[in-house]
Amino acid sequence: MEIFQQFLDISGDPEGYARDWKARTGGKVVGTLCSYAPEELIFASGALSFRVFGRGGAISRADAHLQAYSCSLVRGALEDALAGRLDFIDGMVFPHTCDSIQRLSDIWRMNAGTGFHMDVVMPVKLNTDSARHYMVAVIKKCRAELEKALGQAITDADLEQAVRVYNGIRAGMEKLYRLRNERPGLIPGSLMHAVVRASMVMDRNDFLDALNRLLADLSQSDKTAQESGKRLLLAGGVCNLPDLYGLIEKAGGSIVGDDLCTGSRQLTGRIDTDGDLTAAIARRYARRAICPAKHGGITARGDELVRMARDARAQGVIFLYLKFCDPHAFDYPYLKQMLEAEGIPSLLVELEEQVPAEGQFQTRCEAFIEML
Amino acid sequence: MSHPEKPMDPEKEKRKIKSVKKMKDIMTNYYIDAKTAEQTGKKVAWITSGGPVEPLIAMDVIPVYPENHGAMIGASKMGVDLCEKAEAMGYSSDLCSYARADIACATVDGGPIGGLPKPDMLVCCNNICGTVLKWYEVQARFFNVPLFILDTPFCHTEFSDEARRYVRSQLDEYLSFLETACGKKFDHDRLESVGRLSMEGQRLWQAVLDTTTNKPAPMSAFDAFFHLALIVTLRGTQTVVDYYRELLDEMQTRVAEGISAVPQETYRLLWDNLPIWFRTKWLSEKFAAHQACLVADTYTSAWCGSLKYMDESDFLGSMAEGYSRIYLNIGTDEMAESVIEMIDKYGAHGLVMHSNRSCKPYSLGQYDIQRIVQEKRGIPTLMIEADMTDARNFSESQIDTRIDAFMELLKA
Repeated sequence: MEIFQQFLDISGDPEGYARDWKARTGGKVVGTLCSYAPEELIFASGALSFRVFGRGGAISRADAHLQAYSCSLVRGALEDALAGRLDFIDGMVFPHTCDSIQRLSDIWRMNAGTGFHMDVVMPVKLNTDSARHYMVAVIKKCRAELEKALGQAITDADLEQAVRVYNGIRAGMEKLYRLRNERPGLIPGSLMHAVVRASMVMDRNDFLDALNRLLADLSQSDKTAQESGKRLLLAGGVCNLPDLYGLIEKAGGSIVGDDLCTGSRQLTGRIDTDGDLTAAIARRYARRAICPAKHGGITARGDELVRMARDARAQGVIFLYLKFCDPHAFDYPYLKQMLEAEGIPSLLVELEEQVPAEGQFQTRCEAFIEML
Repeated sequence: MSHPEKPMDPEKEKRKIKSVKKMKDIMTNYYIDAKTAEQTGKKVAWITSGGPVEPLIAMDVIPVYPENHGAMIGASKMGVDLCEKAEAMGYSSDLCSYARADIACATVDGGPIGGLPKPDMLVCCNNICGTVLKWYEVQARFFNVPLFILDTPFCHTEFSDEARRYVRSQLDEYLSFLETACGKKFDHDRLESVGRLSMEGQRLWQAVLDTTTNKPAPMSAFDAFFHLALIVTLRGTQTVVDYYRELLDEMQTRVAEGISAVPQETYRLLWDNLPIWFRTKWLSEKFAAHQACLVADTYTSAWCGSLKYMDESDFLGSMAEGYSRIYLNIGTDEMAESVIEMIDKYGAHGLVMHSNRSCKPYSLGQYDIQRIVQEKRGIPTLMIEADMTDARNFSESQIDTRIDAFMELLKA
């Protein structure tokens, strides 16, 4: 399908896309580092919200600022900035998440020279009234600060439009995930990877159009489901999202869902469309599926993962963790245990570099899938 | 198992800090009290090292510090064994070694004191790291006891009004949590007096640390690592105030008599990050052999660094800012400023930084602090790659060589 190509192109060169977008529209680009960045506000200001992935490859400049025991996302992103690969960015928005991104924000502010720098210090716990009130205050403040930094008022009408587009994207992506779950094999893993990646960098109006066209194409497709592989759910961080889907499929798995930072976790929760929209956006950030760096109760993530695995009728779960990602590593033993109690086996794959040694990764997946 | 009496070295005896014994007694009694809490009907709360302990003291709850326990595990060289146990439970070897050791210890009641007393509640303040949040979640599931989280928004460049209101309202929630957990009303007057004692303890601790502005320094950072335990664990009690008053007296006497921590102190160094608990003696002797004294450190002063934000007349109210703006909860550039202030205050000739695999909030950013110190003060700096408790991350020969090279640079 021709429409596939657009996603693949953007996913393959997000920086090139952003540069073209900027030249074409004369608009501003705001970099973000985590799915808690209030993208709706960035969109409402007319700027392009650009998720920095950390391109990978050799790290040299970032080594002068970050120890080798920081994750590849943090090091890779800083390397991109210091190497000038993000020179199209007009400013950065750092939502507060883990200890590593927290310090990366300081180091970035002191060294990167990518325009304005904004810390959005959200609450870490999300399950109390005072935390939810604080979240609203933080989002309101972020709106005002973005207006100042971008020299662009964000009107209520702008926000309405942003909420419509983002709700549309999240609903559309959910549909795409559901299609894949119902008809594994309909959407190749590499395409899914490209769509998710594009959703974080592409002009969101254009993305929503393209997504809707893709959905229309797919729902008309008479390609029958090829339930060939074992049904697998992916879980973890993989914030910088290497293309592992294809490798897992080759090993005999069918990916039927994910609980990934750069996957479906960021797509959860709709924004209420009535009342104060800034507050509504804040409420959604407080109630979406949480990152392990945040607190929503002591078994919140385990409950969610088990629910997802059951819904997806997953036969197994593959945990994909970036090495040195503390929040995920702390959750692993109890998540594994909760899955076991449900009779769902799991495999942990720790990614040292952004793309794992292909052969080794595939062999481990094959062994796991065979056992299912 | 009798040891032949070693001949006493009068020179060494003179340098020994006499208060050490009293400190050991206090800590022993404290742990006995904590471990017998069940018999005496007292409640036990596990709390993070940067957490607000004063309300617990005001409620007669015994605070217990897994991090202090982690330090003890490290110092008694039991860290590797416990860390390996945690790894067998599925915890990555890249995680904080305090957390790994404590999580494993809870399941086997191991370690130097046979495990900590079981908690009735957990109090986690994330002003020191996000790791404690995950660690306390693990323990809340394991012990099945209530968990209170005091969320102190990170102060990259400011402590915002929104954050102040948020933390302030959580302090009220904290008191309600304690009322429920203890089944009694909170005594606000008691908190005010505990608060006064806490601040007095902090002032005295700072005064003790400040005696090292004298040349030669009467104590070193290695002594501070030891005497720190009280301001961490018993802050807000008369015991701390009395003890630090005595310690301060002893230090002032040493200053008057010219007794130094390191014989022929010639080089004065500032230490950054947590101690390497399982090698403090080795490091202390290593530096002393070069006539170098670690006169101050960024770690032990963290328990009195936010005194400037505290208000004795409104202790509860000022806790919001005091607990949010501690050393680890501020931006890297502000930390660098603080390091430079300490270099000036204590007259340090060099900076020794422990790049601690276990502590990302403390360690990430150190390279920038190192660069800023070199730019602004032009003094030699040394980066030691190690870990506070996990001895597997310590290469003695490499560090030995690096210290020698660093000292050569200082002497040049």
